[in-house]
Amino acid sequence: MGISIALAGNPNSGKTTLFNVLTGARQHVGNYPGVTVEKKQGQCVSGTDEFHVVDLPGTYSLSAYSLEEVVARDFIVKEQPAMVVNIVDASNLERNLYLTLQFMEMGTPVCIALNMMDVAKKRGIGIDTEKLSALLGVPVVPMVARTGKGRDDLLKTVADHAKIRTKSLKISYGRDIDQTLDEMVEKISSEKFLTEKYLPRWVALKYLENDVQILEMGKEANSQMDAWLSSKARKLAHHLDTTLDTHPEGMIADQRYGFITSIFKQGVMTCTRDKNRMETSDKIDKIVTHRFLGPMLMVAVLMGLYQFTFAYSAVPVEWCENVFAWLGGRVDSLFSDGLLKSLVISGIIDGVGGVLGFVPLIMFMFLGISFLEDSGYLARMAFMLDRVFRLFGLHGASVMAFIVSGGIAGGCAVPGVMAARTLKSPKERLATLLTVPFMNCGAKLPVYALLVAAFFSENQARVMLVITLISWLGALLVAKLLRSTLIQGPATPFVMELPPYRLPTFKGLAIHTWERTWQYIKKAGTVILGISIILWAMMTFPRLDHSQMGDPVQAGTRQAAAQTAGEAHVDQASAALRHSIAGRMGTALEPVTRLAGFDWQTNIALVGGFAAKEVVVSTLGTAYSLGDVDPEDAGSLSERLQSSPGWGPITAFSLILFTIFYSPCFVAVVCIAKEAGSWKWGAFSMAFNTLLALGVSILFFQTATWIMA
Amino acid sequence: MPYIPLRQMQVNQAGIITGIKARGELGTRLRDMGLVPGKEIRIQGKAPLYDPVSLRIMGFTLTLRNNEADHILVEVT
Repeated sequence: MGISIALAGNPNSGKTTLFNVLTGARQHVGNYPGVTVEKKQGQCVSGTDEFHVVDLPGTYSLSAYSLEEVVARDFIVKEQPAMVVNIVDASNLERNLYLTLQFMEMGTPVCIALNMMDVAKKRGIGIDTEKLSALLGVPVVPMVARTGKGRDDLLKTVADHAKIRTKSLKISYGRDIDQTLDEMVEKISSEKFLTEKYLPRWVALKYLENDVQILEMGKEANSQMDAWLSSKARKLAHHLDTTLDTHPEGMIADQRYGFITSIFKQGVMTCTRDKNRMETSDKIDKIVTHRFLGPMLMVAVLMGLYQFTFAYSAVPVEWCENVFAWLGGRVDSLFSDGLLKSLVISGIIDGVGGVLGFVPLIMFMFLGISFLEDSGYLARMAFMLDRVFRLFGLHGASVMAFIVSGGIAGGCAVPGVMAARTLKSPKERLATLLTVPFMNCGAKLPVYALLVAAFFSENQARVMLVITLISWLGALLVAKLLRSTLIQGPATPFVMELPPYRLPTFKGLAIHTWERTWQYIKKAGTVILGISIILWAMMTFPRLDHSQMGDPVQAGTRQAAAQTAGEAHVDQASAALRHSIAGRMGTALEPVTRLAGFDWQTNIALVGGFAAKEVVVSTLGTAYSLGDVDPEDAGSLSERLQSSPGWGPITAFSLILFTIFYSPCFVAVVCIAKEAGSWKWGAFSMAFNTLLALGVSILFFQTATWIMA
Repeated sequence: MPYIPLRQMQVNQAGIITGIKARGELGTRLRDMGLVPGKEIRIQGKAPLYDPVSLRIMGFTLTLRNNEADHILVEVT
């Protein structure tokens, strides 16, 4: 089994880099049980020792306020790792040690990996590691994770110290708190209250800090003890409030920093340069977050990211499409016409192709975003845009997801939904996930192009601009609506670090991108294949039997006299589509959708659009008996619509509105469900968006027809 | 010098934190990031719409929204 290590540390301290240096390619990603927090683990060997490394979420503290922090401390308690390797940024020692102290207070063995020694040295910071180690009572290993320097030292130190149980750290919190703590500890120890898991002093501290998780646990374990401890804590809080105008929670944090300051006073750190000197990062920030230059640069970066994701991935996407088209062609010539062939081509090959077709997109998107994230620019973007997005209950970092989804027309909601991972605040993140599908993804464009060409050929550009504005406005307003109803609650504090600019390492980017992409293939892929087969079945069954199909020639004579057999075949396809489950749904819904101006043909097309939005165009072609319509070149369909009764600019715009807002395609729905951690949100986005779209379209159609009349 | 809320500080102004008025999650978050009484801070810059604000503390840069900065009292030096 080897020695188990938990890797902990602040965000931006180089934790992921160290994890990669330790485990190399031998790692795998999953989730902590029951939550959406990512759990990475891996193996490594040094000399004769074997290690099992778990990467804990990056946190600044161990409170009960965020899921990540609860996950980190629960892991320590439940899994009892032989050693917590706490990676500490040497150039930012004071704040990083705050987390270290909290691990030490839990009584778990800690080893400090003092990272970024090179950066610290460059800034004129010298650290006496031996003194630091002696004062804290834990081993300290200096290293540079980026280059792998210090890796073997670290593993050797861990192996040497893993078996030794150290004493837990006891910080003095001032006379008032210490006195109460001592009383509480005595009673907790004698009653064995929660002691099978936690140290008595730690439990007492958490009662003073009003820690919801521990309070709940305590109530369940022994309500009498819980009441006694709570009253003790209340009494102390009242006392501190009246005498010092403070509260235990604040005072405990202040004293922890006080403890760190006292260590620093003993000469752990020497600084040979002026503290207020402008670092390179600060100089860059003067330009990058400048009042005018900043936003301009940001627009350029967003355009660049967009270009990178969609233009450069076009070639591999085309390869993928060609491979699947070739496969389809092979099957077409190998199998005889019939159900099996239709299943293999339309259900399986198109389904798998649909899954893998997104892969190059997702890879490029994650590569671009990882670069922005690792370099530190993403935090600046959030900083600049926060004021705007906060108005709608979102977060500055939401912008990334919106842009990738099609905030600049032509994106894709699938990588967009996944881009929301960069958001650390849970409520803002969920609201982002649920509203990005309103953006104009590349698959909606053929639908717009068809309708705009047919009915608004004089102002094409202007109508496209209106469409873009409506989708942005709609998304932001819905976000606001969700944040003031279903996902209510105050904004998550924006207390955020602006990390120094760093050049990302290629290895880090590659590992990151591959991990995310593989997760998409593994998790979403299987579900998507299943749904694509179901959709195929819905558009195929029940089939017309022969009597209903009739003789092609007969069907032909019913129509204009000069019809060819080919056209009759096309009529038959239309009849078969109408007969299928999807067709019946379309027909059944007609009374409702009539209010928005949609006939049954449009309804079927919209059902088909759930598979992928561009399918709307081809299905509309089949339903209007035009045979196969190429979404990229729908001239004939556009003429057909122009001459169809019931179609006009109002109906067309109503359909455009519906397309903007209705249910995301199922690939996006699956991704939303996976990212939000519950199928509930996937189902919600389907139902809510469709109802919203219907409402908006009906409102528009009715008002517009009324005005025109 | 009197104590003023951090929101009222100008860019490049420095001071020493004298008190944190927030409690609950915000209070904890502020303290976790090192905003505790006695620490020296310097306003680094403001976002294009003058909110949030970025400041320098213990050698790193931190950002705060204005309504969060209201809870922090500073003695300007």
